[in-house]
Amino acid sequence: MTTPGVDDAVSGLRPVTERRLHPVTPLRRAWAPVAVLIGWAVHDPDQAQRQLTRLTTTTLLLALAVLVPAAALYGFLTWWFTHFAVTETDLRIRTGLVFRRTAHIRLERIQAIDITQPLLARVAGVAKLKLDVIGTDKKDELAFLGEEEARALRAELLARAAGFAPETAHEVGEAPSQQLLRVPPGVLAVSLLLTGATWGTLAAAVVVPTVLWLATESVWTVLAAAVPLFGAAGASSVGRFVTEYDWTVGESPDGLRLDHGLLDRAHETVPPGRVQTVRIVEPLLWRRRGWVRVELDVAGSSNSVLLPVAPREVAESVVARVLPGVSVPPHASLSRPPRRASRCVPLWWRGYGLAVTDAVFAARTGLFQRSLALVPHAKVQSVRLSQGPWERVWGVADVHVDTGANKTVTARLRGAEEAAELLRGQAERSRTGRKVARPDRWMA
Amino acid sequence: METGSPQNTGTAEDGQAGAERVGGDHAGDEPRWTGLPPRLLRMRRLLLVVWLGLLTIGLAVVLGLFAGPAWAAFALLPLALMAWGWVMLGRNWRSWRYAERADDLLISRGVLWREETVVPYGRMQLVEVTSGPLERHFGLASVQLHTAAAATDATIPGLDPAEAERLRDRLTELGEARSAGL
Repeated sequence: MTTPGVDDAVSGLRPVTERRLHPVTPLRRAWAPVAVLIGWAVHDPDQAQRQLTRLTTTTLLLALAVLVPAAALYGFLTWWFTHFAVTETDLRIRTGLVFRRTAHIRLERIQAIDITQPLLARVAGVAKLKLDVIGTDKKDELAFLGEEEARALRAELLARAAGFAPETAHEVGEAPSQQLLRVPPGVLAVSLLLTGATWGTLAAAVVVPTVLWLATESVWTVLAAAVPLFGAAGASSVGRFVTEYDWTVGESPDGLRLDHGLLDRAHETVPPGRVQTVRIVEPLLWRRRGWVRVELDVAGSSNSVLLPVAPREVAESVVARVLPGVSVPPHASLSRPPRRASRCVPLWWRGYGLAVTDAVFAARTGLFQRSLALVPHAKVQSVRLSQGPWERVWGVADVHVDTGANKTVTARLRGAEEAAELLRGQAERSRTGRKVARPDRWMA
Repeated sequence: METGSPQNTGTAEDGQAGAERVGGDHAGDEPRWTGLPPRLLRMRRLLLVVWLGLLTIGLAVVLGLFAGPAWAAFALLPLALMAWGWVMLGRNWRSWRYAERADDLLISRGVLWREETVVPYGRMQLVEVTSGPLERHFGLASVQLHTAAAATDATIPGLDPAEAERLRDRLTELGEARSAGL
């Protein structure tokens, strides 16, 4: 960290140049009043009908003459008063017409950078850029920037975060990316068809309205139940297909690159050493094909999928790239809880497993949908041991490992002696693990 | 919450003895456990007696006036609860302890639901010392540690204010020396 004095001296040398967002930005909320009107009309059709018949052409024109310039002025002013600047140490966003707000986002704390392009933004040739830092929210995204500008800005931010000298950070440019994997659409579609959640929500969307119709014979009740259920079914099948379409994983010196989306495109970059947890999930119906889904947790980022579907060996090689020096422990090397654990959790105790290697703490849960969570020792924030009265009777205890992405990985029902040893050992391993961990500025 | 049956008390103490033994095995880095000051127990017991005492008297008066003196015997229920709570508070208070090791802080607590937390100094983001009006009157302060994980639940309630400040300063100092990113 630099002291304030040094900071001032540095910014004194190079004046901070402030920039504005792309000029189409004011239009981003243009649909909002229309949506409000439509929502009102759907909510109360009779009233809307009556109001519409009372409208004459003159009042309509008058209303438009007032509303359109007012909205345009508001949009223009918010755009005019929003500035951003990249300095040596942070990205500054200054915004607000009446209530001023200035956000300074420290570049060395960047956990991930996302560029997203909703469908309309793709048509207009613009993109949103969002920095994931712990504590940032939706207000801190830069929407919208020109497509080329967004890419250049991402490259510059990554170069500065990586620790390149400020003078050269402009010229470093986009780091070359090497494609590791691309998920074919066919495989993605089959994998979604083999997911229980897809069929479960679809069945619920068919069964619940039918039962309601037989019970009440009221169209409104059935519609009120059917619409959200079909929405959920659509989101879990078609929606997932659309977002996970053309999933590409690439590797570059700036970290991992994830590009995906059919209509809305998203390009995410996770710099090296930012991944807190990796989960390898294996749904029951995928097991015969040997497919797995890989999820990852990055602090401050909402995205959690690394690979929607991939063969196990491929997934393991990608995990090895994401967490350098980590090999996924095979099923056979995971130790089960002692037999007496079945008195605490019947049947499902067989799903629990644990392996601790030099690099990771790996805990498996689930009997049908197996999920193996890996935490590098260097990412452990705290370790907890807990034991309830019934667990004490059978001499077992749970060990929780907390990570910075607000996820807790739990090794359940270990023998009491083993758990106490694990608690002490894990604290020791995390300490030594941190010493060899990479610095925040990965190129420095 | 706690249903103190004799067998459980026995196993609980065995468990604690076991934890101490395992801790002692750790070569050259034996944790020195510190308990909480007796003032905390006194404050909690006083609160228990005051609230349940008021409840007992209120219940006895109301029942005696409106339902007859025989019903007033039900007012003994809060008294029994008070006796049970008195013992439980004592056990819970005895179970709380912490140890500062070279690189991490250990906190162990709970009788039936036992929990032990290890927080490495380098992971601390914030150390907080809080003290409410009642706590201040009894000369107590709590220390709370925050890491980047919200699940980290490392609070030491009811310390001596001087000890709380010493702990806070030491933790911040050690945290700076061993500081690490996420």
